[in-house]
Amino acid sequence: MNGPVEERRQHYLNVNYGLKSWLLTIDHKRIAWLYLVGVTFFFFVGGLFATLIRMELLTPQGDLVQAETYNKLFTMHGVTMIFFFLIPSIPAVLGNFLIPLMIGARDLAFPRLNLASWYIYILGGVFTLAAAAAGGVDTGWTFYTPYSSIYSNTHVALTVIGIFITGFSSILTGLNFIVTIHTMRAPGMTWFRLPLFVWAHYATSIIFILGTPVIAITLALVAFERLFGLGIFNPELGGDPLLFQHLFWFYSHPAVYIMILPGMGVISELIACFSRKRVFGYDFVAFSSLAIAVLGFLVWGHHMFVSGQSVYASMIFSLLSMLVAIPSAIKVFNWTATLYKGSISFDAPMIYALGFIGLFTIGGLTGLFLATLGVDIHVHDTYFVIAHFHYIMVGSAVMAYLGGIHFWWPKMTGRKYSEPLARLAAVIIFLGFNLTFFPQFVLGYLGMPRRYHVYPPEFQVLNVMSTAGASILAVGYVLPLAYLIWSLRYGVVAGMNPWKAKGLEWETASPPPTDNFDVTPIVVHEAYAYGEAESQAVYPTGKPANV
Amino acid sequence: MSDSSIVHAHQFDDAEQQHEASWLGMWVFLATEVMFFGGMFLGYTIYRSTYPAAFADASNHLDIWLGTINTAVLIGSSFTMALAVRSAQLGARKPLVLFLILTLVLGALFLGIKFTEYYAKIEENLVPGSNFSFAGPLGRAAEIFFSFYFAMTGMHALHMIIGLALLTAMIVKAGRGRFSSVYNTPVELVGLYWHFVYIVWIFLFPLLYLVGRHLQ
Repeated sequence: MNGPVEERRQHYLNVNYGLKSWLLTIDHKRIAWLYLVGVTFFFFVGGLFATLIRMELLTPQGDLVQAETYNKLFTMHGVTMIFFFLIPSIPAVLGNFLIPLMIGARDLAFPRLNLASWYIYILGGVFTLAAAAAGGVDTGWTFYTPYSSIYSNTHVALTVIGIFITGFSSILTGLNFIVTIHTMRAPGMTWFRLPLFVWAHYATSIIFILGTPVIAITLALVAFERLFGLGIFNPELGGDPLLFQHLFWFYSHPAVYIMILPGMGVISELIACFSRKRVFGYDFVAFSSLAIAVLGFLVWGHHMFVSGQSVYASMIFSLLSMLVAIPSAIKVFNWTATLYKGSISFDAPMIYALGFIGLFTIGGLTGLFLATLGVDIHVHDTYFVIAHFHYIMVGSAVMAYLGGIHFWWPKMTGRKYSEPLARLAAVIIFLGFNLTFFPQFVLGYLGMPRRYHVYPPEFQVLNVMSTAGASILAVGYVLPLAYLIWSLRYGVVAGMNPWKAKGLEWETASPPPTDNFDVTPIVVHEAYAYGEAESQAVYPTGKPANV
Repeated sequence: MSDSSIVHAHQFDDAEQQHEASWLGMWVFLATEVMFFGGMFLGYTIYRSTYPAAFADASNHLDIWLGTINTAVLIGSSFTMALAVRSAQLGARKPLVLFLILTLVLGALFLGIKFTEYYAKIEENLVPGSNFSFAGPLGRAAEIFFSFYFAMTGMHALHMIIGLALLTAMIVKAGRGRFSSVYNTPVELVGLYWHFVYIVWIFLFPLLYLVGRHLQ
């Protein structure tokens, strides 16, 4: 198994042992592991709700659950997946682990704040799980008033308090990233030498900082309305439920970009490494992340085309929503151009990356259908919308997350996973995903509304296809859980840079030492200098950690 | 915020980088805070333009004198906070402790007056909910006004309470001589926070207390 040298070397995993050394750690790499455990747990909790939803939808009748339970199932699925898996997944796990390594820093700027973010995340999770255990919540993850504020008899207050708390974890993570990227870059690591992963996280952090507080206060007002009888969204007093929708989507649409931008950062790294080429049009890809973050704040009204908002507002929102397609398309085209004449290899992370490009293109283009006023009125609140955003959030974001986990797994653990099993899992996930969600585009276009547990019998064939796909998808998700855990003990020792990738994180040992670099690197090359330079940095007083 | 017993935390190269990071961190946090209060200010603006008469009428039920005194108290506390930061930068320990304590006292006075006002509103049945009563046809929109009044001033008061806790921590540290003309970042950052909370009130006071005045 291990060589004798490997066993002697001290790194962040073996520097000390015991539960306390993990729960009180301020090492960004260990905090990333804490988050990994947290988001994995919530992913499978959310997956359990999804399983029950798909089982119910096998038949047109309500034979597994009735309407009330079904409402709770899709609500809890949305809440856990969005707030407790998708939003923290890539930033809090991979971002936390990699940003200091990528910029040549010893840690994030505020390590204790970083640990506090994790505890805040867990505390919010406890509230939300307590609400689920106490009987759940049935408003949909959107918590539309006045149903959520007045009429629902379920645990709305407990759930929104959980989300309110977890929001502060996002805010503090974003704050930490922004400050770290501004002030902690190694000598020579200029803004335009940063990996695109870091640019993507910078853009994401801006949304964390400016968007999350708005959902926090909005949900707090809903909780106040339920608990103390304040009446800001109460129509009986002349309050406006639409105001809630505006405030909710002001965050929750940008939140979609919180989920996808870090994934785009991951894909840029993967595509460059497995095509052995510098990312085509680096500057455009970097700025397109910022453009998505900024434009993302101006499009929320496209969720409200049928709400009765001004048709002129809808027209502006429709136009602005179309504009988001431009920076998104820049990324897709530039990744494709990077592939052109590259030396492509099909390792598991690359399969995820290529899958991402395809699924993101479908998800993005169907987003344009929905941004078109007339079409949206036809497919609003149907399975077409469900299919569209699952192509973005599952097809794209989860694919990117898994691709990233596989790519950096040797760095995080010092071990390689089983490559054949990983490729198999990636293909299973791709096929299972498409079988699950493509039929839903058709269902939605034919008029099947979302959030119903019963449906007309003519929709059954497509629903059975979707449920079959979900079963395949489940296999694809459990498989990596098994072989990745297996590799922790039995995996082949990876070495410093198993992918021959570029970037400072590959110039230190695997797993890295607690301080990341024994000698602070001085960066002298652009990112992704494939075929040009041996390493991105020079180390004036010696070699990087234990090479 | 870093521990003062060490020159700089392990993740930083030097004290200057640490100072720069701490400042930027605080400003980014304040940007978050602006958006946090911003949601309520937006809601207030929309309802005030929808129900101008009710908002003016309801506003006249607030105690203008207590509000004005509180504004003066908070301006005073912002002044003493600025003096505390200046003393910290000069490394003057006794004035630092004195001005921090003065700020704390003024902050506590503000909260005391605020809770007196809240108590009066409870007595007058102006707290939104089942006991709310407001004479006249504008009562329902007035309840919305008072919803904003309690949500906004309540969130502001919560920030004041957090500020008092931070000030207490600063007073203890300053008393132990942890700050010097070289190292005083925590005092500066608490100062920034305190001024932010004060500025929020500078917007809340006219929006809540003064909107109805010109109609009297």
